[in-house]
Amino acid sequence: MKFVKYSAVAVAIAGSLGLAAPALAQTVIGVSVPTADHGWTGGINFFAQQAVERLEATYPELDFVFQSAPDSTKQAADLEDMVTTRGIDALVILPGDPDAMTASIKKVKDAGKWVTVVDRELSQSGIEDLYVAGDNPGLGAVTAEYFKSRLPDGGKIVVLRGMPIPIDAQRVDAFKAGIEGSGIEILDEQFANWNRDDGYKVMQDFLTKHAEIDAVWCQDDDILIGVMKALKEAGRENEMWVVGGAGMNQIIKMVGAGSEQVPVDVTYNPNMIAVAIDVTALHFVAGLQTNGRYIIDSTLVTPENAAEFDYEGTPF
Amino acid sequence: MTTVASDSAPKVQKRRFRLGVLGPLIALALLLILGTALNGNFLTFANMANIVARASFIGIIAIGATFVITSGGLDLSVGSMAAFTAGMIIIIINALAPTLGTGIEVIAVGILAGLLIGSASGACNGILVTAGRIEPFIVTLGALGIFRALITFLANGGTLNLNFEVGWAYEPVYTGDILGIPVPIIVFFAIAIVAEVVLRRTTFGRHVAAIGSNEQVARYSAINVDRVRLLTYILQGLMVGVAAALYVPKFGSANSSTAVLWELQAIAAVIIGGTMLKGGFGRIWGTVVGVVILELIGNILNLQSLISPYLNQAFQGAIIILAVLLQRTRTNQR
Repeated sequence: MKFVKYSAVAVAIAGSLGLAAPALAQTVIGVSVPTADHGWTGGINFFAQQAVERLEATYPELDFVFQSAPDSTKQAADLEDMVTTRGIDALVILPGDPDAMTASIKKVKDAGKWVTVVDRELSQSGIEDLYVAGDNPGLGAVTAEYFKSRLPDGGKIVVLRGMPIPIDAQRVDAFKAGIEGSGIEILDEQFANWNRDDGYKVMQDFLTKHAEIDAVWCQDDDILIGVMKALKEAGRENEMWVVGGAGMNQIIKMVGAGSEQVPVDVTYNPNMIAVAIDVTALHFVAGLQTNGRYIIDSTLVTPENAAEFDYEGTPF
Repeated sequence: MTTVASDSAPKVQKRRFRLGVLGPLIALALLLILGTALNGNFLTFANMANIVARASFIGIIAIGATFVITSGGLDLSVGSMAAFTAGMIIIIINALAPTLGTGIEVIAVGILAGLLIGSASGACNGILVTAGRIEPFIVTLGALGIFRALITFLANGGTLNLNFEVGWAYEPVYTGDILGIPVPIIVFFAIAIVAEVVLRRTTFGRHVAAIGSNEQVARYSAINVDRVRLLTYILQGLMVGVAAALYVPKFGSANSSTAVLWELQAIAAVIIGGTMLKGGFGRIWGTVVGVVILELIGNILNLQSLISPYLNQAFQGAIIILAVLLQRTRTNQR
């Protein structure tokens, strides 16, 4: 009997607490990103939170819900919670696994919310209102141009790829199309999954297999760190130069300082998440039509313009 | 002279407050109250349905794990087995879609294949444990690696995607509802009810508990220990198959990071629910409550901004330890 009494009191307290919050006419935007499992996603988390803080301060009528998820199960759960209990009006999402998340994102769209997808395309088109991404083919093409300019008579290179997902294929295909006919020979290419450890292992294997390498393309700065470690340990740093990608702060600084080993970088800016959140917010606060595809260019970072891409405080 | 026997009737044993039994329920109630305090939308049917539907994957697997743990065994491979089974379902459906069409037949074949593959995988574990006389921990640890590698191999390091048209036809299995209750919840509760009956009321269930309690005594009591054990592993595999069949319509894909660490969540749910890790006693409804508690913690952490959601697993771990502590005091009252 006492138990019943206590629990009744507890429920009453809970009920009153639940009714306490006043309601304001807010637009709630949900932001869902993967947890920082590699440097680039660390940058995404940083820039996303920075954008959220900036926009909450600038526009009092905007509220944000920020969630990061280590896997699809949690990300799908986050989406459900955002719609059901947090009452979002819009969703900005970088799906960790776009194929697995397609159905969940479609559910959010079907619930009448605005959907912005960042970086990784869903397995079905037509679901999102706004798509913001870097220019993956552009990254490959810009890099290919640089390689052609450095190796006008051809040369031998090795390629370290990312993960076996479509954007990696876009980059590599564009690169190969770019160097066609230039005499540059790709000795070897392998997946390094955009992380340092795999980059290190793959580069070590390449160094063992190939006695002569002129240059390395590893399309990502996390991989580049692993590649440089392997080169240093083998004592072959001066034999070849390396080009990464994505614009890691440490590498940008190296490029700015005029490093010979890392002469240039190519941007694939994690700040794209901030672009996505801002453009989505514009739709709500200024009533602009922002549906469409916004592809941010991949720019070649040279010692001349490196300062532009040197962001302060970024963990990436 | 006979003395009138004192009319002290035998004292009625006062119902002792069994913390071990009520513990999970109290925790559940506390979490519900906390959630309501944090967000007005928490106790809505929509949110509760989401939570229980999400919990149903681990829940169904955990029901199978309850049987295995009650019999004194352990199955660490369930997560990888689920990923492998989901991958096989996708491969089979994709392969049969051209011939069988993209309607209900190919889905039925896919689900059936999933159940069979799950049961067969469980049987492999079971045979190695019983006939091979190898520790369940070791067998299932090896199986964990093998299944994980198999799904990575099948997906060629990438992702296996379900054929789109079949995906749309299959989707109602996860998103559909009967009388307003989502299908996964109905499947989950149906399995839970059947499992509770089997564990408590059938001979098989008694044998499972007996084996876990004291294997030698069970053997001397003419219980076919090996056969019962094998059946628990097959049952676990079957449950994994059901969970995989429900997983495929929700995510439509399987890859090497599917269902990672599900085994730990399933075992945690079983322990929180009151089943003893050393075996001998199992509580199915406790497992159900355990699974919902684990999912609620994640949900509640999402609702507030004081504590980082990254600490989710810290809370889960703390609750497991607490549950085991309560179990220890409870053994005296059993």
